[in-house]
Amino acid sequence: MLTILFDGIAYGMLLFVLAAGLAVTLGLMNFVNLAHGAFAMAGGYATVVLMNRFGVPFLACLPLAFLFSAALGFIAERTLYRHMYERSHLDQVLFSIGLVFMAIAATDYLMGSQQQNIRLPAWLQGRIAMGDVTIGLYRLFIVVVCGLMALGLQWVLAKTRFGSQLRAAVDDRRVARGLGIPVVKVFAITFAFGSGLAGLGGALGAEIVGLDPTFPLKFMLYFLIVVTVGGTSSLTGPLLAALLLGVADVMGKYLVPQLGAFIIYAMMLAVLMIRPQGLFARGR
Amino acid sequence: MLNKLPEQPASTTEALSPAAFLQAKAAWRWPEILFWISAFGLILLLPNRHLLLNEIAILGLFALSLDLILGYAGIVSLGHAAFFGVGAYAAGLLSKHGISEPVTGLVLSGAIAGLTGFLASFMILRGSDLTRLMVTLGVALILHELANRLDWITGGADGLLGVTIGPIFGRFDFDFAGTTAYVYSLTTTFLLFLLARHVVQSPFGLSLKALKDNRLRASTIGIAPNRRLIAIYTLAAVYAGMAGALLTQTTQFVSLEVLDFARSADALLVLVIGGSGYLYGGLIGAVAFKLMKDVLSAMTPAYWIFWMGFILVILVLIGRDRLMAMLAKPFVPLLRLLGVRRP
Repeated sequence: MLTILFDGIAYGMLLFVLAAGLAVTLGLMNFVNLAHGAFAMAGGYATVVLMNRFGVPFLACLPLAFLFSAALGFIAERTLYRHMYERSHLDQVLFSIGLVFMAIAATDYLMGSQQQNIRLPAWLQGRIAMGDVTIGLYRLFIVVVCGLMALGLQWVLAKTRFGSQLRAAVDDRRVARGLGIPVVKVFAITFAFGSGLAGLGGALGAEIVGLDPTFPLKFMLYFLIVVTVGGTSSLTGPLLAALLLGVADVMGKYLVPQLGAFIIYAMMLAVLMIRPQGLFARGR
Repeated sequence: MLNKLPEQPASTTEALSPAAFLQAKAAWRWPEILFWISAFGLILLLPNRHLLLNEIAILGLFALSLDLILGYAGIVSLGHAAFFGVGAYAAGLLSKHGISEPVTGLVLSGAIAGLTGFLASFMILRGSDLTRLMVTLGVALILHELANRLDWITGGADGLLGVTIGPIFGRFDFDFAGTTAYVYSLTTTFLLFLLARHVVQSPFGLSLKALKDNRLRASTIGIAPNRRLIAIYTLAAVYAGMAGALLTQTTQFVSLEVLDFARSADALLVLVIGGSGYLYGGLIGAVAFKLMKDVLSAMTPAYWIFWMGFILVILVLIGRDRLMAMLAKPFVPLLRLLGVRRP
């Protein structure tokens, strides 16, 4: 039982890292980016290629996956996304769905449509027993890495100069620019960083959630759930939402497999009906 | 509160000029008549393309249904395939369990999809664009999952087999060339189009447009938003369900694909191509979409989806209005006659 709970927490942490970037762009900047999963997929495939073709060790792949996705995100933000900030939600939806479709087809073309696997290093395989709870080492690794990421993010947002600049720019672009904050640069860096995090999440998650070209579409709703259910006022909300989602999903699949994904969807609909502004947001 | 104020539909003004203005807007123009004459003329002109034409008519009806909520009520839906799928499965199941007359099946399937839409509509009343997006997507996913799991009813991933459709009204049998199918689908689409045209030009339709443009202002002049949104969402669901039923009846097969996310996205793309908010967008877009899909998937069979994404990105980046204005420049007089409002 506790093992399942732990698996759920690991899954939730993973979802948080995957969706953290979206929490900023969608949650704070109010930009509907359905293509966020594409950057995660890019990170996952970068890891697969580096490990299987070039024999790069797993640990070295993680930062590389981050950098690869961040670079992609930066380029996409500079060339495409920045034209979209001021558009209507419908335009943003259409645009990002278009990107998702292109990413799916391009990945299919380059890498083939089969599921990709990575081989974990020996020291991450196996399980350890603590009392009567057995914990997968890799799951533990994920919890530690993602936990550190979450703490780091919170610290950057709350305590650093860049964090304050970002919050100011999100609150009111014009005033922030008037105060001399380089809004365009801040947004570009934030977007790249969020994409990088997604890439890292994709690399970490390739082993657990699988990786194939339809990844961005399969997990689109999960990311959106994390952000909207978590509410958009801070990072704590999405973190809690991600943990809740992860635990509910894993538990549901272990305990009542015949219900499949119903639990998640039903929970989402219920939350959105009762509190459209999110579970952990202050009421508006 | 404000919603409880007595209703005052926009067109009750008895003054001659607004009424005459609205009547003039509602009048049939010759390009519209030409459009429908050519659609029906294709029955004779392209006798060996009826299967493709049938698909276009069905897609057109489906996009028309999305246009009702997107173009007239401003609801962005990512899961309109939900109602298409409900209609498709309803038609298949009805025919399997005894009701094989198509028109009866069509009406019943529409009603069932409408009921689903009515129930779902209560979830889209609250929240922002984003919540609505997720709710519509969520409903479609739940139905997809349901159809997948209840395989003793729906056939699951294998699809619903054994759908046999009788002759229409007991007289006109479906043929291999698809002629009956096309005439049937086109007639249905045409009749439903007439109804939609009537609805959007009625006081109800005008009040919907007012709601879309500015909900706060509309409700201060006494237009209750919720009831209207529920009504139009239900109507759109009926239309989508009938489109789904047409697909089932003319192909005699239903698979999970009717509930796919790609189908909802298709409808959005059709509307983006054709333009929304003037009813013909879905139909014109469907023609363009199917022709494009035919050409592009002949060139790169597996990667049609790439081009679909590419078209979406380009259309949005350049700006739908600007691009359409560019392309439509030669046709502006024609479009104006069709009743397109240029912003």
